[in-house]
Amino acid sequence: MSASSAFNDEKGGSSSVGEPEYGHDPASGGIFSSDYKRHDDLKEMLDSNKDSLKLEAMKRIVAMVARGKNASDLFPAVVKNVACKNIEVKKLVYVYLVRYAEEQQDLALLSISTFQRGLKDPNQLIRASALRVLSSIRVTIIVPIMMLAIKEAASDMSPYVRKTAAHAIPKLYSLDPEQKDQLIEVIEKLLADKTTLVAGSVVMAFEEVCPERIDLIHKNYRKLCNLLIDVEEWGQVVIINMLTRYARTQFLNPNINESLLEEGGEKTFYGSEEDEDEDDEDKDKKAEVATMAKRKPYVMDPDHRLLLRNTKPLLQSRNAAVVMAVAQLYFHLAPKAEVGVIAKALVRLLRSHSEVQYVVLQNVATMTIKRRGMFEPYLKSFYIRSTDPTQIKVLKLEVLTNLANETNISTILREFQTYIKSMDKDFVAATIQAIGRCATNIGEVRDTCLNGLVQLLSNRDELVVAESVVVIKKLLQMQPEKHSDIIKHMAKLIDNIQVPMARASILWLIGEYCEHVPKISPDVLRKMAKSFTNEEDIVKLQIINLAAKLYLTNSKQTKLLTQYVLNLAKYDQNYDIRDRARFIRQLIVPTEKSGALSKYAKKLFLALKPAPVLESPFKDRDHFQLGSLSHLLNAKAGGYQELPDWPEAAPDPSVRNVEVFTLLERVTTLTSVPEWTKCSSREKRKEKKVEKPFYSDSEGESGPTESADSESDSANGSESVSGSEVSGSGSESEESEEGSESEEEEEEEDEEKDKKKKKKELKKKPVQESESEQSSEEEEEERKHERKSKPRKSDSETESGDEEESESESSQSESDESESEAEVKKKKKAAQSKPPAKPVKTDGKKEKKEMSLLDLDDFEPAPSPQVTPVNSFLSSSLVTDLEGLSLSDSVLSPATIAPSSALKSYELLHRITGEGLSVEYCFSRQPFSPDANMVAVQIQFTNNATSDTKNLHMEDVKLQSGMRVKEFPEIELLPAGETTTAVMGIDFCDSTQAANFQLCTHTRKFFVSIQPPVGELMRPIFLTENEFKKEQGQLMGMNEITERLTLDVKCRNEHTIVQRVTTAANLSRVPCGSDKECRFAGRTVTSSSLVLVTVATKEEGAAQLTVNCEKMVIGTMLVKDILQALTQ
Amino acid sequence: MSTKRNFIDLQRHLKDRTRGAFSAAHTLLPYWHRVTHQWQLESAAEMIHSLFLINHTGDIFLEKHWKSVISRGVCDYFLEVKEKAVEPENVPPVLQTPHHYLISIYRDKLFFLSVIQTEVPPLFVIEFLHRVADTFQDYFGECSESIIKDNVVTVYELLEEMLDNGFPLATESNILKEMIKPPTILRSVVNTLTVLLFFPGSSNVGDKLPTGQLSNIPWRRAAVKYTNNEAYFDVIEEIDAILDKSGMTVFAEIQGVIEACTRLSGMPDLTLSFMNPRLLDDVSFHPCVRFKRWESERVLSFIPPDGNFTLMTYHVSSQNLVAIPVYVKQNISFFETGSCGRLDITIGPKQTMGKMVEGLMVTVHMPKAVLSVNLTASQGNYTYDLATKVLVWDIGKLNPQKPPNLRGTLSVQSGAPRPEENPALDIKLKIQQLAISGLKVNRLDMYGEKYKPFKGVKYMTKAGKFQVRT
Repeated sequence: MSASSAFNDEKGGSSSVGEPEYGHDPASGGIFSSDYKRHDDLKEMLDSNKDSLKLEAMKRIVAMVARGKNASDLFPAVVKNVACKNIEVKKLVYVYLVRYAEEQQDLALLSISTFQRGLKDPNQLIRASALRVLSSIRVTIIVPIMMLAIKEAASDMSPYVRKTAAHAIPKLYSLDPEQKDQLIEVIEKLLADKTTLVAGSVVMAFEEVCPERIDLIHKNYRKLCNLLIDVEEWGQVVIINMLTRYARTQFLNPNINESLLEEGGEKTFYGSEEDEDEDDEDKDKKAEVATMAKRKPYVMDPDHRLLLRNTKPLLQSRNAAVVMAVAQLYFHLAPKAEVGVIAKALVRLLRSHSEVQYVVLQNVATMTIKRRGMFEPYLKSFYIRSTDPTQIKVLKLEVLTNLANETNISTILREFQTYIKSMDKDFVAATIQAIGRCATNIGEVRDTCLNGLVQLLSNRDELVVAESVVVIKKLLQMQPEKHSDIIKHMAKLIDNIQVPMARASILWLIGEYCEHVPKISPDVLRKMAKSFTNEEDIVKLQIINLAAKLYLTNSKQTKLLTQYVLNLAKYDQNYDIRDRARFIRQLIVPTEKSGALSKYAKKLFLALKPAPVLESPFKDRDHFQLGSLSHLLNAKAGGYQELPDWPEAAPDPSVRNVEVFTLLERVTTLTSVPEWTKCSSREKRKEKKVEKPFYSDSEGESGPTESADSESDSANGSESVSGSEVSGSGSESEESEEGSESEEEEEEEDEEKDKKKKKKELKKKPVQESESEQSSEEEEEERKHERKSKPRKSDSETESGDEEESESESSQSESDESESEAEVKKKKKAAQSKPPAKPVKTDGKKEKKEMSLLDLDDFEPAPSPQVTPVNSFLSSSLVTDLEGLSLSDSVLSPATIAPSSALKSYELLHRITGEGLSVEYCFSRQPFSPDANMVAVQIQFTNNATSDTKNLHMEDVKLQSGMRVKEFPEIELLPAGETTTAVMGIDFCDSTQAANFQLCTHTRKFFVSIQPPVGELMRPIFLTENEFKKEQGQLMGMNEITERLTLDVKCRNEHTIVQRVTTAANLSRVPCGSDKECRFAGRTVTSSSLVLVTVATKEEGAAQLTVNCEKMVIGTMLVKDILQALTQ
Repeated sequence: MSTKRNFIDLQRHLKDRTRGAFSAAHTLLPYWHRVTHQWQLESAAEMIHSLFLINHTGDIFLEKHWKSVISRGVCDYFLEVKEKAVEPENVPPVLQTPHHYLISIYRDKLFFLSVIQTEVPPLFVIEFLHRVADTFQDYFGECSESIIKDNVVTVYELLEEMLDNGFPLATESNILKEMIKPPTILRSVVNTLTVLLFFPGSSNVGDKLPTGQLSNIPWRRAAVKYTNNEAYFDVIEEIDAILDKSGMTVFAEIQGVIEACTRLSGMPDLTLSFMNPRLLDDVSFHPCVRFKRWESERVLSFIPPDGNFTLMTYHVSSQNLVAIPVYVKQNISFFETGSCGRLDITIGPKQTMGKMVEGLMVTVHMPKAVLSVNLTASQGNYTYDLATKVLVWDIGKLNPQKPPNLRGTLSVQSGAPRPEENPALDIKLKIQQLAISGLKVNRLDMYGEKYKPFKGVKYMTKAGKFQVRT
């Protein structure tokens, strides 16, 4: 093989340092002349016309690079081939270029134009690789080119290219930190990207460039949580670590009121009145969550919960790094009761490679100190095998020691007993220390341990004995009086033990407790005096100490011995020992010169010494974020981001809300339904949109994407229509199987999430439907102009818009197709006038929102007259909006409007009765485009059978008079195992009568019926507070129904109320100055009768529900439904 | 002072040493120095800076840098530690040097040493390095110094593709194989599966992007076509156990893994269900498995990658008693005088569920003092390696009628003290056609494609870390 030959032949390299393999290579004679000759060879080959020769040469060169040989002199020859057509050669040239460009900057510049060309290539792979190499060339002079390339790639159609752009950001940043601000703009844009492919990479870039800018995360937080499970493994790790830090700054400590738990729990349990009173007092200070947190039981932020819930499945990842990342997240963020779930997963990692075990055990060791209970059930998994590497053994021992308590100590000690016999002496020593720690921590077993250790003193191995002595010394210090016999025993050992540390320990013990062994101690000193000169320094020092102590307590017997020892020490070689002897002599032997100190000598030497505390080296390591390098080293590594402390009070949770745009957009479309009817060009898309919510609520997250680019022209309110296009279009029935599968998964999650999502906001949009067509046409003009002026931007908008609609690739490509027409148009326009790229502006939230709505319009095909009322409606509403800015300020915004959250689906046909075909339907709450008086019903067909189902259609519709049905288009083929959806429209005539029909396949017919809940017979409209009051005033008397109710315990805050009401009925929130009242408005679909709902809350969960509607039947039924929703 | 060593914190020891030796300009902030709510600005840096491959004798035979070049001198710190460690396994995976951190793994007698400059989760790097080794294994059939040298260009291209700027880019083998074609002549793959690895034909490095990068299923390449569609699943269980002297179980558990080999055309959507999924206590999945389905229905629903992959690993609930297939009677003793010892080991069947126990092998790490052995085996052969002091008794099939026995004398170095501990026995065994936990695959269904694939499930039980204390 060529590569191998290259390996053996290539002896390039003029002057590399430290190459040990040189010697192993027989061919490496270091004949420099031939080296150069060979390089000439290579140059020749590179200059030839044959690709095969070039390839051969490049392979040999790369082999040189791989071995660390210097191949820089080939640079000119290689760089010429950068434009080579052969992709294999090209790739190797890239490899070479990235390696040497830094050294040969001038020549490297020759290649730049090739990459610039590559950046424009229609093939996304070539674009991506051009950007990759370009950004890897560390040449400062090309920084502006890189910057431009990154910016363009960040708006590329292909997520793969955008991912590459994200990768390029840190490269550029490390090359030129000056670019930070611009790069942050790109990061902000990419953060809003909806594809899982990009998410991990951009968060990585964020972490490296601007980890301090947590504000960039707010808007993307929920999206990141929801995408997480589909992101590739490495991205998951980065995102989870970042979100851990984010959560620490944004949420409250879930364990904050542990101590108050009982008190708090009681209060809620009995629902005591004082609690309620307090609530009333506090009501005005709702923002001050912290004060409430102290008084009230802690309520977890739904976003905090979202994070915990969405990361939990990742504990099942095959990737140890992901599991560890989730484990540390739970450890740092979860309520105590929930942290336990991570134990099992971490224990599983102990089966992995020993390096993984090593890291995991370090982290487990830290965790066991704080949360011992968590790992107790897995005690046996930490048992040590004789074949474990020493470092693993020692760590397992550490964990076992941390886990020891009164109940399991006997098992653990028995296990330790086995370890002591191990052949690995380092490990035995560690075991003895562990026993010592168990003994200090658990009083009950202290004596047992001590006895066990004393037995070890007769061990054959000196190391074991020495370690035991050291540990026994520490244990005895706790209760010396009880153990004089042990001290005696140890005194006897001094003859046999040679290990200096052990000898020193014994001497110290005897000296310290000489009054317990008065007869033995002088004898020991005698022996030691004899061998003094032969002892190690450490032992000599202790002999001097022993002598001094004995002199003070028993001077009669030991005076001479002491003096003898001190004299010996005086002439010792070691100055420490000489110093010590001099010092002690002055201190204890009274002379005429001796100062006042000698009086206190006894106190100095025989002071009560505190027993040593044997504690884990892993104590307090959780200062560091677990799983980090810094934690492992127990020292801050460069670039380590501190894990912030929990905030005292939770920052405003509404910063994470992203619903605004979508809702607004959707509402606009809803109100303008009639005008859509004839708009054939849009019909297709409309249908898509109708289906969308069934699958996911990701539309709710479209906001940030759209806002990324936007700024200025706030006057162009009319444009917002396009926003709805973008966010609305989405998954399609034609999408391929894997797409729908994955979306189904998401749907489940999202639905869950949706329920939790209580904080929604929308700006107030007054309805002014009676806008004249003329004005809107003017705006139309304006819009065209706008489009011309910003085609570049619109491109990017389109792209990002696509992403958000569908996480799955299939549906995305599908939507790409459907929009291709629009794009072509755009491109034409772009060709006409290319504007300068607009810088991204990080402006106020408010302004941005407006912008995003505008920009999206670029994306639409040429407007048709039919649409105008929409524009007029919106433009006027926006105008009012701008006038009444105060309405949308932060006080009101958190919950001005809540969109319908999870759509409830009903069963139309059960799998069993349907013989494998199961059908579900839901009310999508989208306008039904063919007929505005119809309610859109989205039907989902799943073929569970093994054979295909064909010709799905409906027949024999039986309706009450006045009702009408628009059938869904026939589904020709539904393959086995697949799922598809269709939309039909039903005009229920504002009644809850069922629509009956037959569902037919090519073989069977099934009788089915669809009955709407009353809440689905209306569509939301927007009213201002004043309009609402005015309308309400006209619907009094018979048209007003009032009910008193007691709110469900879980439903006493505004958000929940709004959420429940909007779930029960398709209404929109009406802004309201008082926080004790929630108002909603809508119109019935068929007769457009107003439906007004008011929920006024009072103390103790009491509330009053008022419904005003001229259709009394509907009003009554609605009251019933809402009552149920609020009290259940 | 030499005896008093801090064994617990070898890591810190090393760190102190290096810090002392080089009096680093790398000042470490005290760890209690915590800045609340302050997001610190640090210079940006990549995750994995460079990779060095080092053989067990300490030669650096390949280097790859993803950013600026780091001198291979940085490896000296590592080599120094490696010299001191008796066993290569004892080299700590994470080392600190004045300016870099070194994270290494030891696989197949090679060290993969990565150089890190800033904070990064160590497991992230370790897991990635193992993934690199796995990829080499997958591409070349083995992961050795010679094979890496032989394929150095492919290796280099792989490394280039797997990391971009130190951050993992493409690590799925399905994707990599579309971008970089594996060598055409394949060595036999060390694999439990009966089917050889399939490699995508001769399609050159694509000028079209591998579809996986764009799809929601990044683990599967597109447009897979086979004439014979097959899906094989191997359920392999390993018994981890510690038995004490008397044969009592100190600790036992079952770890299982399902290895799959799918050669299916198109985009098949598979559903694998078990007869008794409740047995499974803890599981981890290949990213292709839909976790929600598992949560709700306890079935594995997935679109498989093409070729070989590990579908899931599992742990069998510890409430279930683990059947130990063999019993071991042993007596190893060293005499106080006469510098010799005696060894007597008998292995017999215990709970084999009526299956044949094969591949039985006993490994004993003898104390250093044991000079030679003089044994007779009633079945199989034994070898004693004088250098490593490892006694291996290869038995083969277990005969239930006549349990194999190994007995004889051990000669101990004269004058050496009697070994304190008796060596532990490591047992290896294999039982075909049996999952010892009783786990059974119920059925495999395929959706999304019309053809009928050939399906197969195989069971096997092995001894994992099966140790008998003596």
